[in-house]
Amino acid sequence: MKTFAALYRALDSSTSNRAKLDAMQAYLRAAAPEDAAWAVYFLAGGKPRQLVPTRTLRELTREVADLPEWLFDECYHAVGDLAETISLLLPDTDAAVERSLAVWMSDELLPLRGQPPDIIRERLLRQWRELAPDERLPYLKLMTGSLRVGVSKLQVTQALAAVADVDAKEVAQRLMGYTQISARPSAADYAALISPLATGGLLRDARGGQPYPFFLAHPFNAPLAHFDALLGAPNDWQIEWKWDGIRAQLVRRDDGVWIWTRGEELATERFPELEAMGQSLPAGTVLDGEILVWIASGSANQVTANKDTANNEVAHNGATMLDATSALNAADRSLAGDAALAVLEGVQPFAALQKRISRKTLGPKILREQPVVMMAYDVLEADGIDVRNESQQRRRERLEALVAAHPHPALHLSPLVRGDDWIALARTREAARRMGTEGFMLKRRDATYGVGRTKAEGLWWKWKIDPLSVDAALIYAQRGHGRRATLYSDYTFAVWSGPPDDAGRTLVPFAKAYSGLTDDEMRQVDGIVRKTIRESFGPVRSVEPTMVFELGFEGIARSPRHKSGIAVRFPRILRWRTDKPVAEADTLDTLLTLLPEANT
Amino acid sequence: MKYSGDLVVAHPSGLYCPPGNFFIDPWRPVDRAVITHGHGDHARRGHGAYLAHVQSARVLRTRLGADIDLQTLAYGETVMLNGVRVSLHPAGHVLGSAQVRIEYGGQVWVASGDYKLQHDGTCTPFEPVRCDVFITESTFALPIYRWPTQHELFADINAWWSRNAEAGQTSVLFAYAFGKAQRLLHGVDASIGPIICHGAVEPLNEAYRAEGITLPPTLRVTDAAVTKDTLKRALIVAPPSAAGSLWMRRFGDYRDGFASGWMQVRGSRRRRGVDRGFVVSDHADWPGLQAAITASGAERIIVTHGSVPVMVRWLNEHGWNGQSFSTEYGDEEGVDAAAAEADLADQKQDNTNASDAIVPQDALDDNASTSADGERQ
Ligand SMILES: [Zn+2]
Ligand SMILES: [Zn+2]
Repeated sequence: MKTFAALYRALDSSTSNRAKLDAMQAYLRAAAPEDAAWAVYFLAGGKPRQLVPTRTLRELTREVADLPEWLFDECYHAVGDLAETISLLLPDTDAAVERSLAVWMSDELLPLRGQPPDIIRERLLRQWRELAPDERLPYLKLMTGSLRVGVSKLQVTQALAAVADVDAKEVAQRLMGYTQISARPSAADYAALISPLATGGLLRDARGGQPYPFFLAHPFNAPLAHFDALLGAPNDWQIEWKWDGIRAQLVRRDDGVWIWTRGEELATERFPELEAMGQSLPAGTVLDGEILVWIASGSANQVTANKDTANNEVAHNGATMLDATSALNAADRSLAGDAALAVLEGVQPFAALQKRISRKTLGPKILREQPVVMMAYDVLEADGIDVRNESQQRRRERLEALVAAHPHPALHLSPLVRGDDWIALARTREAARRMGTEGFMLKRRDATYGVGRTKAEGLWWKWKIDPLSVDAALIYAQRGHGRRATLYSDYTFAVWSGPPDDAGRTLVPFAKAYSGLTDDEMRQVDGIVRKTIRESFGPVRSVEPTMVFELGFEGIARSPRHKSGIAVRFPRILRWRTDKPVAEADTLDTLLTLLPEANT
Repeated sequence: MKYSGDLVVAHPSGLYCPPGNFFIDPWRPVDRAVITHGHGDHARRGHGAYLAHVQSARVLRTRLGADIDLQTLAYGETVMLNGVRVSLHPAGHVLGSAQVRIEYGGQVWVASGDYKLQHDGTCTPFEPVRCDVFITESTFALPIYRWPTQHELFADINAWWSRNAEAGQTSVLFAYAFGKAQRLLHGVDASIGPIICHGAVEPLNEAYRAEGITLPPTLRVTDAAVTKDTLKRALIVAPPSAAGSLWMRRFGDYRDGFASGWMQVRGSRRRRGVDRGFVVSDHADWPGLQAAITASGAERIIVTHGSVPVMVRWLNEHGWNGQSFSTEYGDEEGVDAAAAEADLADQKQDNTNASDAIVPQDALDDNASTSADGERQ
């Protein structure tokens, strides 16, 4: 653990990329392979299942440090990180015992899981006595599953590539699935990561159900007027809706089907419909796409409701919808089918998918009520051959042919969107939210399928719709975490329960947000919070409502669990409305009009 | 004669002793001020008469004007102010820092000013003074603050400096100019390489040397002896305000570290954006505060600047009568003062000669318009 702790410290204390890479390489070269196996797992973002309830960690820390609960909480809020707080509170010891990282994992940490409380207590107390002071933080980070030390997976990949003297793309490929939650990386797994290339390229045989590294899109936020200059003509681009589901790869090889999420978790069992669909595809196929909850057109009510929606919107906002419709017709033509119109029919909000994935067991009811499909948008392997180096256009042709040859209700082809120019497309994009999507994906037709967020091989842009927004009052503040631990940087926002002439109206909290302000603004807000604190509820301070912020969010849905009756998705601060008094913050009614059903 | 009133009360101008008619570290101009130490948030301009420890005299006169009406005392020496017996006792914070002991009508009160228990070799170590009521600071009153030993600290700094020197990179250590900087200079292993001090630090070094404190030889960046090669092995000691300023450019691809008690927490280290954070404070850590409070023998404890509610609640839960005074000394945040300092540095540009010659602003100016750093003056 000593050397891993030293690596942790080096990575944590360095602000230079070069130094981080050097530190990782030096560690990997010197470490025993079984230790390196775990180090890579953690540095690349692996998290084992929770070993010990955090409540137990807190209670035991309070016991050994002799602290009342409130004082522990004060410490936690000054530090902002549980593992670090505990590491700063454990008493000093002179009984340190050196164990390697792998031994810590296999003999000490992993066996803790599922033990009865008295055994956990006894073992933790012993482990804490046996840790050298500088090992405490990495140990606790492993235990709380939050070992982030400012290295990206890409940097880990680069360090491994240098150590193995193998191309970084190849290492990225080998790393796929390495950080799965249930993984127990061994010396042999590490050896496979850094083994020299077999003659002839990829180590095909070792692949099994292994996915390819996902190619990731970059946000595109340029003003419309610059699109032509920056992107060229729309014709150079394959344009699709940006689906709001779970990005996944479906791997069909040998006799098996594997479904991998973007977080590189194997999720096959959670999507039996997709597994069955995968079985209908030829072996040696890998698809990239989005998992969506989809209510098929069999549900008559749904179709009618949605058709109504469409009609209503045409009547309401003729121009926009007509353009959207004509764009859809264009897409329609391109597909020679009605897949594009199905877009209006089937896709369900992300909340439905969330409901589905939160279930531990999949009963017939949930499978019936929240069925999923794969909206396929790329093919990475065809007939057992890696086709990622083919152009986007060629891969699209393969995909269309594949879907046509193997029709399946759970396999959808992501429809293309056409437009004569960017202005027309921008108008079409305004329909995105109604369509249950987040905007457009722009993929260069001549681009290959890259690795991660590189721009070297090709380019995918996400051209997202502007978020929904309201003006809300700040009513609670809490200290932040990490670098914001000493500032009040986490806020709760509220809107008014009624219009200004309603004397009895109150502020109803509806969203928490902690991002979007500059450091400077955050300091100013912090100063105002400190001066306007009314009450403390544990770490939360209620403040005199004096500040109004424009909050953006990606989605909004009814939620009986929230006081306001609604829940928003990905709320963030767009700007500080220093020009607005609190009385002019928006009302709950404004918020309700943003609900998707309010637009029907 | 018995006196049953409080010997020190919170007054809008500062901590006030009614029977003695004097203030301790007042933040508004008053007739008579007893000053615990020369940091900017404790020693301010404009008072009629000053009383301070003799080792504070040089710093106070440089900062507040050579013509201030200043009376000085040695540690333990007594003076009567309107029948109140006043004496100063070592606080171990910076050169000349003192606790103020006040005795009147059968009561003894002690106001700590800022203090630390660790002996750092650059100022007289803290001495507990028995009293009935102890007024304590609480800058680092949370159990997460436990300082490394002087030995561990300097082993760490020396190792960092050596490694950089071997790699041919300048080491820049940011530390507040009065107290912290001299403590670092006193403790580092000067055989590793040359030491260069920022213009704001050097006058304070002189003040320490004049009091017989041993500091290694220090250079200014403008000295002829300072060449490109010297810089490669050099340790630069500069105030935080120098970070990001033009003054720093000459050091090329340097490594930097920040010396402060706040560096105990990773979030604060990261916010600083420096390569290394060294946990060095001239304030007491959590065990230090408890030790000082216990050693005072006082039953009533009045808490000032820092984590006041935490300290008060903890005291009351542990059998003391804990209360608080709100003061206008530096608050617990290190952020605002640092930002203000940085602005100051930007305005000053790279006028090294000028900043060498004039009053060392970073070291001594109180930046009265902004809230000052608890760690700072
Ligand atoms: Zn102070
Ligand atoms: Zn001070």
